[in-house]
Amino acid sequence: MSVAADAADIAGAAEPTDTPDPNGAVVYFSSASGNTQRFVENCRLDDIGINTYRIPLRANEPALAVREPYVLIVPTYGGGDVRKAVPIQVKRFLNDPDNRSWIRGVIASGNTNFGEAYAAAGRIVSAKCQVPLLFTFELMGTSEDVDKTRSGLARFFAGINP
Amino acid sequence: MAPISVPRKPLKLIDRVSAINWNRLEDDKDLEVWDRLTGNFWLPEKVPVSNDIPSWQSMSDEEHTLTMRVFTGLTLLDTIQGTVGAVSLIPDALTPHEEAVYTNIAFMESVHAKSYSSIFSTLCSSEQIDAAFAWSENNEYLQKKAQIVLDYYEGDSPLKRKVASTLLESFLFYSGFYLPMYFSSHAKLTNTADVIRLIIRDEAVHGYYIGYKYQRGLERVSEAKREELREYTYELLNELYDNEVGYTESLYAGVGLVDDVEKFLRYNGNKALMNLGYPALFPAEACDVNPAIIASLSPNADENHDFFSGSGSSYVMGKAEDTDDEDWDF
Repeated sequence: MSVAADAADIAGAAEPTDTPDPNGAVVYFSSASGNTQRFVENCRLDDIGINTYRIPLRANEPALAVREPYVLIVPTYGGGDVRKAVPIQVKRFLNDPDNRSWIRGVIASGNTNFGEAYAAAGRIVSAKCQVPLLFTFELMGTSEDVDKTRSGLARFFAGINP
Repeated sequence: MAPISVPRKPLKLIDRVSAINWNRLEDDKDLEVWDRLTGNFWLPEKVPVSNDIPSWQSMSDEEHTLTMRVFTGLTLLDTIQGTVGAVSLIPDALTPHEEAVYTNIAFMESVHAKSYSSIFSTLCSSEQIDAAFAWSENNEYLQKKAQIVLDYYEGDSPLKRKVASTLLESFLFYSGFYLPMYFSSHAKLTNTADVIRLIIRDEAVHGYYIGYKYQRGLERVSEAKREELREYTYELLNELYDNEVGYTESLYAGVGLVDDVEKFLRYNGNKALMNLGYPALFPAEACDVNPAIIASLSPNADENHDFFSGSGSSYVMGKAEDTDDEDWDF
């Protein structure tokens, strides 16, 4: 976890604001605890032309439909039980074949205290949807995690939308 | 300093009780966490700690003494959290289901406290056990951390109580948890480490939940009060951190692990703050924990999952995992 060295690399690399509209989106889920929402807000993705969409918390809210390339940011649930790692709301969202067809990558959060289940939601979505697991972070993420995700997403979308 | 076994102030009990109806939830998080906690239930007897006897016998006297001192310290914290900490949160609960979750937390803390005794009885003599408990009763840093936390538990601020409780669950245990993770990374006491990993998993849910309830509580107070509590949280973490550094030196100086344990303290201090909804305090370069310790906690927390760093290892595709397939249509 040589976070410091990597963050320094990125600071010297592509400055996200220099990247033209990367035409990508982030879809995320955040429960009432708000950890993932805080992380996404801290990334200030709108400033670099990345749209953000939140998967609704409750079943009675209108379902989310996304029709542009996106990276999913998903917290790991289940308190260490891998079978329960992907939040049910995220499964519902991905069960829609149209939503599923636009996913390009996944970022997962978790807590290393859950051992093998750490960030398991990311590995599961990656395997089910055949997209890469791009990054993992803990809880609401540190400022280093935010910086890496922000610049990393800009470069990722620039790469898939040349 | 007086040992922590002196009589303490009586705790406030809940004012009124009505029959709990789990079919009418006010906060879905209560049921979600109840299900996680009951789903994770375990007992130390299920872990074959006796398989660690050959490993224990191969370790030095110094390692034995250190292990037992660490575990008596953890026993004290679990005892406090089981019989005072989690119980003290009940009268402030916002929902009846939250009260029920705290009773589960209290009980599991008692299971944790008992698991150390179960490890001791498997590995050590009564004389060694008594000597380690005596050392803990007389360690000023351990007594001070117990004192600080107990003072808040008995104080009159429900939100400060939750802050103290979250810092105990998510920060104060880690000077102790370091050691079994360290031994396990050197193939020592690996079954004992399995017990500790179960405890760590429980404490992670406890810290998350109490921190979550703290944030719900913050929504009900004024902006000025919120600011006061934020400052208080960072001050308390700093006070506890300074004390943990002293405690760490009193335990680990002889084995040369002080610097590495302190990194682990800062790493977990940041996570405790995040559980309370606050940004991390310690910069990343001060928290670069020995990767073997992180791997001992979580075998999947490696750099392969960092496509963005461009550090050579490309991104990975997840391997198939067991999932509840009933929820997936594809």
